Amino acid sequence: MQVSMTINGTRVSLDVEPRTLLVHYLRDHAGLTGTNIGCDTSSCGACTVHLDGEAVKSCTVLAVQADDREVTTIEGLADGDVLHPMQQAFHECHALQCGYCTPGMIMAAVSLLDEVPNPTEADVREGLEGNLCRCTGYHNIVQAVLQAAADGEAGL
Amino acid sequence: MIPAAFDYIRADSAGHALELLAEHGDGAKVLAGGHSLIPLMKFRLAAPAVVVDIGRLTELSYVRDGGDHLAIGALTRHRDIEVSGMVGSQAGLLAAAASKVGDPQVRHRGTIGGSIAHGDPASDIPAALLALRATMVVDGPEGRREVSCDDFFTGFLETAIGEQDLLTEIRVPKVPDAGWSFQKFNRRAQDWAIVGAAVLVDGASCGVGLVNMDSRPVRAAGVESAVAGGAGAADAAALAADGLEPPSDLNAGVEYRQHLARVLTRRGLEEAGA
Repeated sequence: MQVSMTINGTRVSLDVEPRTLLVHYLRDHAGLTGTNIGCDTSSCGACTVHLDGEAVKSCTVLAVQADDREVTTIEGLADGDVLHPMQQAFHECHALQCGYCTPGMIMAAVSLLDEVPNPTEADVREGLEGNLCRCTGYHNIVQAVLQAAADGEAGL
Repeated sequence: MIPAAFDYIRADSAGHALELLAEHGDGAKVLAGGHSLIPLMKFRLAAPAVVVDIGRLTELSYVRDGGDHLAIGALTRHRDIEVSGMVGSQAGLLAAAASKVGDPQVRHRGTIGGSIAHGDPASDIPAALLALRATMVVDGPEGRREVSCDDFFTGFLETAIGEQDLLTEIRVPKVPDAGWSFQKFNRRAQDWAIVGAAVLVDGASCGVGLVNMDSRPVRAAGVESAVAGGAGAADAAALAADGLEPPSDLNAGVEYRQHLARVLTRRGLEEAGA
């Protein structure tokens, strides 16, 4: 069946089976491999993307559920060569080790700040409960999200 | 993991969904947010021939003041219940339980109706609805009927919803002055509860729903009558596991779950002011 959606501002229309998961639609059909597949059981959060502006786990959404909706992936955050403030904060705080969880972690963090613009450290840790870092590099990840929130407040 | 192949049909109204279910019967499954059904389909534990997607029926997503109760549309997402001022002030226990489901990503997609239609004893929402003594509204070929939460959960992953039925609304009694507590015990933040206890204390009456303490969502009836009879929190909570048959798995054995049920119920009763 024909499934169409706007991915990172670009209209995409592809013929896929109804059982196609959103993460496979993005990676295998639309060629956007920035979104990773981790646990494949909606536990780890590596596949987190935004559906109509909210973080979702794309391994647990059918592509057809996103038909005619807006999807943002990690590829859609930066403005050309200018990193998104959350990407910049992850860069500056060294908020990654192996990097596998990073795309999902950043998408979840951006969604978190949309809902809680001035989070405490506890808010950040709780807000990222759906994303696992197998390197256990949570300390710097939390620092990066707090820095991005502070930069946002300062209008940076 | 990819689900087995199925035919996909998007319902454009609740009535249309009922027509589709009447047409396809036991080969069809209703898809709401998908956060119970899609994992089952990926594991091939469910392989429906037809998926009826009700996910866009905004007519089933609402929280309304129904007089003595809140009327909550079956398609209302956990996130919307978590942040609803009306749910928070009139049935705070439900808002608290919704805030503990999965993680933010799951709560953005999962719905109250999908969660309870799944009938999973490990889910948080059914325990809260048992404690609150909610009523489910089910539409079917014979029309509309109301099902008490005590008659709704009939077995492991089984409910009173028939193959041609659609759960449309959950009615939650308003209890603005009640004390409540939602106790969820797990090893990692986003995990299912190993055991959970939803506790409501409203004057002399008490409701206690338990998570993962039997093959279906259950109430701790002995605790409820003990509190109603004037027992203190500790004495009442000692009855929490009586008559229940909790599962034994990698996380916990039967005795440990019974212990957790008593401890969490006591903490819940104390926090709720029993």
